[in-house]
Amino acid sequence: MSQSASSTLFALVDVNNFYVSCERVFNPGLENRPVVVLSNNDGCAVARSNEVKALGVKMGAPWFQLKELADRHGIVALSSNYALYADMSSRVVSLLRDYYSPHIEVYSIDESFLGLNDLKPLWPDFTAMGQSMRQRIRQWTGLPVCVGIGATKTLAKLANHIAKKNPRFNGVCDLSSTTQAETDRLFDAIDAGEVWGVGRRIRAHLQAAGIRTVKDLRDTPPSWLRSRFGVVMERTGNELQGLSCLALEEVSPPRKQIISSRSFGQPVHALSDLSEVLAGHASHAAEKLRSQNGVCHAIHVFIHTNPYQKQDRQYSNSIVIPLPNASADTRLLVRAALFGLKKIYRPGYAYKKTGVMLMDIGEAQTAQGSLLLEHGSGKRAEGLMKAMDALNLRFGRNTVSVFSSSAPKPWAMRREAMSPCYTTRWAEVPVAYSR
Amino acid sequence: MATVLSLALRTPPFPAPLRPAATSAPACSLPLLLNRIPAGFPSPADEYAETALDLNTYLIRNTTATFFFRVIGDSMTGASIHDGDLLVVDRSIEPRHGHIVLAVINNEHTVKRLYSLNGVIELHAENPAYAPICFREHDELQVWGVVTGAVSRFAV
Repeated sequence: MSQSASSTLFALVDVNNFYVSCERVFNPGLENRPVVVLSNNDGCAVARSNEVKALGVKMGAPWFQLKELADRHGIVALSSNYALYADMSSRVVSLLRDYYSPHIEVYSIDESFLGLNDLKPLWPDFTAMGQSMRQRIRQWTGLPVCVGIGATKTLAKLANHIAKKNPRFNGVCDLSSTTQAETDRLFDAIDAGEVWGVGRRIRAHLQAAGIRTVKDLRDTPPSWLRSRFGVVMERTGNELQGLSCLALEEVSPPRKQIISSRSFGQPVHALSDLSEVLAGHASHAAEKLRSQNGVCHAIHVFIHTNPYQKQDRQYSNSIVIPLPNASADTRLLVRAALFGLKKIYRPGYAYKKTGVMLMDIGEAQTAQGSLLLEHGSGKRAEGLMKAMDALNLRFGRNTVSVFSSSAPKPWAMRREAMSPCYTTRWAEVPVAYSR
Repeated sequence: MATVLSLALRTPPFPAPLRPAATSAPACSLPLLLNRIPAGFPSPADEYAETALDLNTYLIRNTTATFFFRVIGDSMTGASIHDGDLLVVDRSIEPRHGHIVLAVINNEHTVKRLYSLNGVIELHAENPAYAPICFREHDELQVWGVVTGAVSRFAV
């Protein structure tokens, strides 16, 4: 499980305030202004500029609670523009892979772990490498990043936190080169709750046991952590001591469940409308399933009204439709989803959300064939699905779909203040004035 | 003295960049020779097999750092940049005197030719109807990227 501390080295590269920073690349007017990016349906703050953080706005704060503060301080609120963020993210990843390390784990849309083992001869020191990353990513993409370096992934993540919070590090912190005394000082100033994997509940237990800082946690015997919290915390303890237990996951493990669902911008009443949306979710989920070369054995369908509209009549229900043969065929999954929807739909309600979850996912080649060849299995179906995926990838989602039209609908996501898709749609590329 | 504020100009002397890692090499598509050659004469066309021309490879040197912009206005017609054209902008190039650049002026992206000689920094239009934009001492000119091409389409 563990390797010697000296043989591993990781970097965590993290884009500062990623969504806000993406918006600022194309809209210089947002520089130095308080900016928030809101979640789907403009519900709550999912990204905050430093100016907004300074005003005390918390992550996930509901937008309706912020409106007064926003008016007072001129906060600019934008809807999330996922097409833009995905494009900018892939630029950062390809730059890191091409120029810094071929060993990369894309941990989230704005964070990547890099394996640095054996790269030492290429740089005077890893702080110089980190500064080069910052410089190049900023110059090429316009995005500000911080770089944390450490002997384990947990330490690299902590180093990133230190780089972000302490201006004197200038955005790069290499914990593999700090002295013991300096490391102790840094760790003593950080709450143990900042450590990767230490959630609110565990933090409270640690506090009760007198373990308040990262230094306290690091100096706690991992065996004690194991007896109190289990193997995951033991691993965290080991990682804090420089013993690498978490390897780079260069290929993300296949997901066990795939969920596709979304709340409606406006309530939906009719079965036909729900069906159309649900077909879209089933298609999307099927596409994700095929992209990980999986098949599923069952599909879970759910609908519910808005529980916060207390004056409305409430209804929620779900159903699992088992499939005769494990499949990833959009037509079969859509048919199963719509069959399930018909079973649970009740007229007379204002529905807020519907979606599907694909369950019991296995690998495509290991799926057992049945003597009764079902609709949606076999070579012909596979070819059709491949063609569908290729068309949708090339010409945009929903170019080809099963039972759903791509015309805009009133229940589409509410995104009132979305910036243009600057990098993914010809009609929306930014303007260069020549006057 | 005015300064051209471009991240490119402040690049410290770093070691040479790594070679792109082999694991991430772009897919290399080789022309597929369809003729089977068990014996006899090969098809004379085979040795000319090549991939079709791709405008992306002509216009873009650095995909990661390249962005497109749409031109509004006629101040650069002398440089063959017309209203409605698509600009190819590369952020990885260090802006130099004579480059056509995308600058940020009053929170807008503006396309002009960079004049930067002997401490004098100006942005020049390529149309006599427009005066140059001059930068005084302590002014900062923010260059967003260097324009490496323009694409026009004609109504047909």
